[in-house]
Amino acid sequence: MIQAGDSLALWLQLLFPAACGVAVFAIPRRRLGTALLAVSSALHLCITAFFWFVPRRELALEGWLALDEIGRLFLGIVSVLFAAAAAYVVGYLSHHRLLALQNAQGDKAAAASAAERSERIFISSLLFFLSTMTLVTFCQHFELLWVAIEATTLASAPLVYFHRGPHALEATWKYLVICSFGIALALLGNFLLSIAAPAHAGGALTVSSLLSRAALLDRAWLKAAFIFLFVGYGTKMGLAPLHTWLPDAHSEAPSAVSSLLSGALLSCAFVGILRAFHVCVAAGLGSFAQGILVTFGLISMGFAAVFIIRQQDYKRMLAYSSVEHMGVLSLSVGLGGAAVFAGMLHAIGHALIKAMLFLVAGNILIAYHTKSAKAVRGVLRALPASGVLWFLGLFAITGFPPFGLFTSEFLILRFALERGRYGVAIPYLLFLSLIFIGMASVSLPMLLGEPQGAAKTHVPREWRWSILPPVALAFLALALGPHIPPFLKARIDAIAVELNTGVPGGAK
Amino acid sequence: MGIRNGSFVDFLLIALILGNLLLLGSSRLMSYIRICAAQGLLVSALTFILHRGEVSARIVVLVVGSAVLKAGLFPWLLIRAVRVAYIKKEIEPIVGYSASLIFGVLILALSLWLSARLPIHGKAAASFVPTAAFFTIFTGCFLIVSRTKAITQVISYLVLENGIYLFGLPFVGEAALLIELGVFLDLTVGVAVMGIIIYHISREFDSLDVKHLSTLKDWGS
Repeated sequence: MIQAGDSLALWLQLLFPAACGVAVFAIPRRRLGTALLAVSSALHLCITAFFWFVPRRELALEGWLALDEIGRLFLGIVSVLFAAAAAYVVGYLSHHRLLALQNAQGDKAAAASAAERSERIFISSLLFFLSTMTLVTFCQHFELLWVAIEATTLASAPLVYFHRGPHALEATWKYLVICSFGIALALLGNFLLSIAAPAHAGGALTVSSLLSRAALLDRAWLKAAFIFLFVGYGTKMGLAPLHTWLPDAHSEAPSAVSSLLSGALLSCAFVGILRAFHVCVAAGLGSFAQGILVTFGLISMGFAAVFIIRQQDYKRMLAYSSVEHMGVLSLSVGLGGAAVFAGMLHAIGHALIKAMLFLVAGNILIAYHTKSAKAVRGVLRALPASGVLWFLGLFAITGFPPFGLFTSEFLILRFALERGRYGVAIPYLLFLSLIFIGMASVSLPMLLGEPQGAAKTHVPREWRWSILPPVALAFLALALGPHIPPFLKARIDAIAVELNTGVPGGAK
Repeated sequence: MGIRNGSFVDFLLIALILGNLLLLGSSRLMSYIRICAAQGLLVSALTFILHRGEVSARIVVLVVGSAVLKAGLFPWLLIRAVRVAYIKKEIEPIVGYSASLIFGVLILALSLWLSARLPIHGKAAASFVPTAAFFTIFTGCFLIVSRTKAITQVISYLVLENGIYLFGLPFVGEAALLIELGVFLDLTVGVAVMGIIIYHISREFDSLDVKHLSTLKDWGS
């Protein structure tokens, strides 16, 4: 039943960050931005916790907005990651401001006001980004979902461009054009979906309405709709071969933004694919959709393996690792059965660890002033805390125990072998090991040796806010590994049942 | 229901198809913008004609909204971007103009074949709407990959969007006003953001050629 309190929480969750974004943009006060950023991320986290531990099905706008099991899971990911990134950003921005003032020649006042202005745009875009990602997790209506996913691109484009300069410009342009192109195809997919849904049966294009009349859907049109939705949202999710924007945007964006793009935004695009997949399963097209998901999952892992080996830029390496993990997610859902459970676990684990790694990469970049892995040596000596985190994160992201990704990758492999899908299991294992070798050979040498270059002479102290957020994320990822908390397990089980059988869930 | 002014609809669709061919063959940025705006106007007119029997507040908002945005705001933004960036130069395409035109004829044939094969029922089946829509979509896709100016890519994206919008036109009976407003909002912000980036590209490189935007690579430099 709809209760006033739930409804209020839902609208607060959606609109409060955007309202703060408007305020930050409009009011030029230096402290206001960081204060509102902290307040909204904390409030967002609290309300998300409320939705998790007091589970009800909140509804608004005639069932267009509701928090079902899938949405709740990804809302949790977005909220936790944003809180970590926001905490990091506060310290990062003060560093950036200092740097801008140091580098300014001549007019200090003009430099300060320019830095202040770009900071304001940055924070308000960040808040809009949070609002739009939250909207994605709440959307039950396919076309509203489209609007929300496109809005995430637009809100995050200024974030990618924060550092200015030709490289950031190129990355932003590619991000905008390729993602808009993909999203346009998803719009076509939405139209095809509305053709597939017989108009005379009534009802809107909401997930629950489509699931309840799944048997009436026109299967040929639904197939076409799924293909376009998959390609469109898959572009945004970074599935190969339409992933080309991803390494550029992730390496050029500020590290806190990269962590959000990789952990939260890609997961949000995956929500779009999951929604379409859910309807396909309910309409009896499960094996068709699964075939597509498995194929593109493996292709993405293959692409990532090729580009990670001999990669020279450590942020690009992390970006390609995201392509790999998005491939694993797609593959796991495509395999069905127990692999879906593992896939959802994988989504959480990847988001936490990858966000942590990007934040640490940001610390390394600040100290060494270079993204080239060859130029970075002696991180363990120069930045002890970041060095340890980098080391742990590297093993966590490549699926070593005791971190969460080991459990999920192992479950996927076991399921594939149990079902006799050797054609999937063998390339899967091959790509995972190639990626491990590639990432280890790039990142381990960064840790050892003597610090050189900029870091040798001038090593900035690791400030509290650059270390605490990644440490918190690492702890969460570690907690997932050996033992999945029962409340989480129940939720993920519910999602797996929904996606395997196509029944509408969460309405209890 | 049904389409009463069938021949008039066909006339508009043929105008749209000719516009696509002009886009493929033309070299001046200004004519690109004008053709794209004219197509926006055509699509809004088609919205009205195809939904004549059921004029509601929604249809009025759709018609007025798409006309104002696609034939008013977007061309204005794009022309401003062209002025700011001082480009009067002709476009240097990756694929030449005559080759583009030949390709255009091929994709027109493909669109005819595709729309004849699709099991489309209802009002759309009676007309060439799907054919014209497919052709516009393919033209947009082709232009995005074959032209090198940042601004041309934005225009091509709008052409692609026009095609998709036209394709959905006969079918979207159920989608609500809120969603269409959302689509408009996304488009507007999208074009505005792209416009800002275009401004920065022109300031950074003294040119709007996306060939400059190819330094980010994986191996070597």
